[in-house]
Amino acid sequence: MRFYIIKRLIGMVPTLLLISMIIFVVIQLPPGDIVTSTLDRMQSQGVEVSAEQIINLRAQYNLDKPFVMQYVSWVGGFVIGDMGYSYLFSKPVNELVWERLGYTLLISISALLFTWVVAVPAGIFSAVRQYSIGDYLLTTVMLVGLATPSFLLALIVMYAGYEWFGISIGGLFSPEYRDVPWTLARVGDFLSHLWIPMIVVGLGGTASTMRILRANLLDELHKPYVVTARAKGVKPLKLLIKYPLRIAINPFISTIGLLLPVLISGEAIVSIVLGLPTTGPALIEALINQDMYLAGSFLMLLSVLTVVGMLLSDLLLAWADPRIRYE
Amino acid sequence: MSELALDTQLEAISPARLAWIRFKRHRLAMVSGGFLIFIYLTAAFCEFVTPYGTDTRNVQAINAPPMTIRFQIFDDKGDFHLQPFVYGYDMHVNEDTWMREYSENPEKMYPIYFFSSGEHYQLWNLFETDLHLFTAGEEGYIHLFGTDQLGRDLFSRVFYGARVSLSIGVVGVLLTLFLGVLLGGLAGYIGGLVDRAVQRLIEVLQSLPTLPLWMALSAALPVAWSPIGVYFGITLILSLFGWPALARQVRGKFLALREEDFVMSARLLGASKMRVIFKHMLPSFNSHLIATATLAVPGMILGETALSFLGIGLRPPVVSWGVLMQQAQNYQVIVLTPWLLIPGLFVVLSVMAFNLLGDGLRDAVDPYSTGGQS
Amino acid sequence: MSDPVPEDNVLSIRDLAVDFKTDIGMTHALHDVSFDVPRGKVTAIVGESGSGKSVTANCIMRLIQPPGKIVSGKIDFAPIRTDGYDIVALSNRDPRLLDLRGDLISMVFQEPMTALSPVYTVGNQVAEAILCHRNVSRQEAWQEAADMLTRVGIGDVSRRIHQYPFEFSGGMRQRVVIAMALVCQPELLICDEPTTALDVTIQAEILTLIRDLQQEFSNSVLFITHDLGVVAQLADQVVVMYQGRVLEIGTVRQVLKDPLHPYTRGLLAAIPGLVQKGSRLETIASVVGDADLETPYPLTHMADGRQVSLSPTLLREAGHE
Repeated sequence: MRFYIIKRLIGMVPTLLLISMIIFVVIQLPPGDIVTSTLDRMQSQGVEVSAEQIINLRAQYNLDKPFVMQYVSWVGGFVIGDMGYSYLFSKPVNELVWERLGYTLLISISALLFTWVVAVPAGIFSAVRQYSIGDYLLTTVMLVGLATPSFLLALIVMYAGYEWFGISIGGLFSPEYRDVPWTLARVGDFLSHLWIPMIVVGLGGTASTMRILRANLLDELHKPYVVTARAKGVKPLKLLIKYPLRIAINPFISTIGLLLPVLISGEAIVSIVLGLPTTGPALIEALINQDMYLAGSFLMLLSVLTVVGMLLSDLLLAWADPRIRYE
Repeated sequence: MSELALDTQLEAISPARLAWIRFKRHRLAMVSGGFLIFIYLTAAFCEFVTPYGTDTRNVQAINAPPMTIRFQIFDDKGDFHLQPFVYGYDMHVNEDTWMREYSENPEKMYPIYFFSSGEHYQLWNLFETDLHLFTAGEEGYIHLFGTDQLGRDLFSRVFYGARVSLSIGVVGVLLTLFLGVLLGGLAGYIGGLVDRAVQRLIEVLQSLPTLPLWMALSAALPVAWSPIGVYFGITLILSLFGWPALARQVRGKFLALREEDFVMSARLLGASKMRVIFKHMLPSFNSHLIATATLAVPGMILGETALSFLGIGLRPPVVSWGVLMQQAQNYQVIVLTPWLLIPGLFVVLSVMAFNLLGDGLRDAVDPYSTGGQS
Repeated sequence: MSDPVPEDNVLSIRDLAVDFKTDIGMTHALHDVSFDVPRGKVTAIVGESGSGKSVTANCIMRLIQPPGKIVSGKIDFAPIRTDGYDIVALSNRDPRLLDLRGDLISMVFQEPMTALSPVYTVGNQVAEAILCHRNVSRQEAWQEAADMLTRVGIGDVSRRIHQYPFEFSGGMRQRVVIAMALVCQPELLICDEPTTALDVTIQAEILTLIRDLQQEFSNSVLFITHDLGVVAQLADQVVVMYQGRVLEIGTVRQVLKDPLHPYTRGLLAAIPGLVQKGSRLETIASVVGDADLETPYPLTHMADGRQVSLSPTLLREAGHE
């Protein structure tokens, strides 16, 4: 097992390097750069800019160096924890990303938990009671859930909240708690706001998870080892959990890794709609304003998050399935 | 001898017929297929299906709610005939909110005329005509899904939007299919270093959070590009991250097929690699490809909708379902004009139909798969 | 005519009928199957694929799942340890059903490769059978499991008991399954083609093992097979089935030496022998006329205790002695 973990950790390095290259290329794609947009802005305000200043600015952002050198200094800075300077907020990127990333992580993980808590029992029920009314009902909800874009769901929830409950849904804090230090009351306020993005972000994942679990379980339910165990006199509930479910959950564990990018994507767009202080809204602002260090850092951190998540789900799978461990 | 021939004729059902028989058993998939054919046809003929063009404004109806179709069963003389009609709007300003509000006015009765003439348009840039499926006549107006803040008919715009959103799904999947088959096929067929490189690329692309990267790429599309350029740009961006899943499937299939005798014999006869892949190996699993491709369309439609909704995908004056929902960004708008979410209903319905159709097709061509992953 | 259940039968099946619902309608998997399983002896059910052998076994364990359904009939079970009952009449929630499965009756399946869950150790799965039925500690259960694994011929048990099924060969896995079936000392052991999926040499070993164990524990065995060689080696009594019907019941000697039903004769003729050099293998159809198989006849008791389903004409011919 230890060997397996080390092998997987080493395997992450080239993956992350490739990802960083892709991201660096992507954030360099827009025509122009920070300096040109800064100059545009200054000139539109009537500020005269000298050629010397331009050269200084370009040097400040490393733009006078070749492309490859720019990449190396960006990645190098990343490794030592220096993510560059955000022109948009006039602050080091370091000071901007962590809190937002924390909220993104919180919402994504709580959405993942929601997905599990809802999808697993629902998937089991609809597989065990295949073709029952409950199965049809759950499958229908699942189909609609799969087809509803998360932003539409967020809009509907906002509409429903206002129209039926008279509350305005959005944000992660009530106004009075927005800019105060953490207290127990603030945590409570936070939690009372968290459940809506959690459900909205988690619902699409819940539908796909339930669909996978239902199909896997249906595959396993009539396998010979289940019949053997039943013939052994194992009680029905224990039989279901210990035998088919235990196997059906394995490929399902491996899909958690794939679910994470989906959840993080969903989180980004839902946060934009609901106005949550997470990475999504800041990323889109950074992208539109070509604040490439900020945008690049967000993209890179989100990718690291997903890669680590996939690693964790692979390790979980190795722990759950002896066949993989012994490979 | 003749008896034998008769026997084989009775026994042989082609794989395609067998798949069709299995497919017909999926009633939901059949219904979904029918729905998709219907909505693609309306999208293709949207100029004819809708009463108005995308930019026609009705200044008497700004942010007006959807109209109800009513039926007059007896006319003034008491004769029986079924005549559908709508009531026109009465506008008044709400003293509290200072918003325009509309109510139906039974005085203004606009009958619906079928196959009547209305605005001039060019169907597919070919035929000049003014024939519409229905209109409310010269003096009347009809807004079945209501209007937006510029007084444009939402019903018409939804069907024009269908043309863009639904075609992006198909064009995007074709591109994905091409990339996935090419790269997955090469990896599976050549193996070795190419295989490992493609595998690694797939792994990397699948571990990227798709939407943020889509956002980054579409933000990079130059503002000056023409609508057509943006359309293809967005489609390309969507396909760029869609192919890995498909490539993985194709690769696995190719690895198995590479060992088959007919592939070996084609190779020994001196066929080029491309010829072996596209002429000999692909046809033996294109039914699976069709099913997989069908299941990939929803991702494309949802992607376009999300990007356009955020304002970094397609941009007005192009009309797509995502662009239409851009207006419904905050809850004040949604609470006052909830009908602006109707395009979302069309997104949900078509995505559902594609999912169901894809499930049905997959079960038909491969009865042993149940959609589980292993 | 209804016969009283004799004291020495552990199981007595009467008029058992099972239907399967398929896309094209109902398929009758069993029609009026009746036979007895004498206590302490080996009864073999012989028949080709689809003859209803396994369905019969699954009925006894109440393992028939939808779309299959037991339509009618009864299976009278007379264990020594507790009072007897009709297995068919048990409700799905009857606690006696859980005692029946694995404790009073247990089963060895055809596919040793898939009959064990890949994610639990062998010890876990064998000990579970004990823990389901006996009130013993986990440690005692594992000890009993280890003893039984040793008994079925698995060496180095203290190490192998902690291994996973995929670390065992097919023959070894079948030994594990047999150990699992016998560990609670069931009164009836059902073996559903336990050697079909194994190599020939392993087959012989497993058959010897089953026979030795039967003699050691003197339990009753219902052995399902399509292999008449296995029947000759192992069985005391034979039930011949075809298309969900019982065609002939008798002792091994009666059925193999002097079969009454044309189908049984066909089965015997279809065994490839060593001496018929150059001759073609017999097919059953070439021996049995279709007419004898298409129309069902009720089982008739013969003077020598055997039962057979024959047309009146053939019955007159056979009703000799």
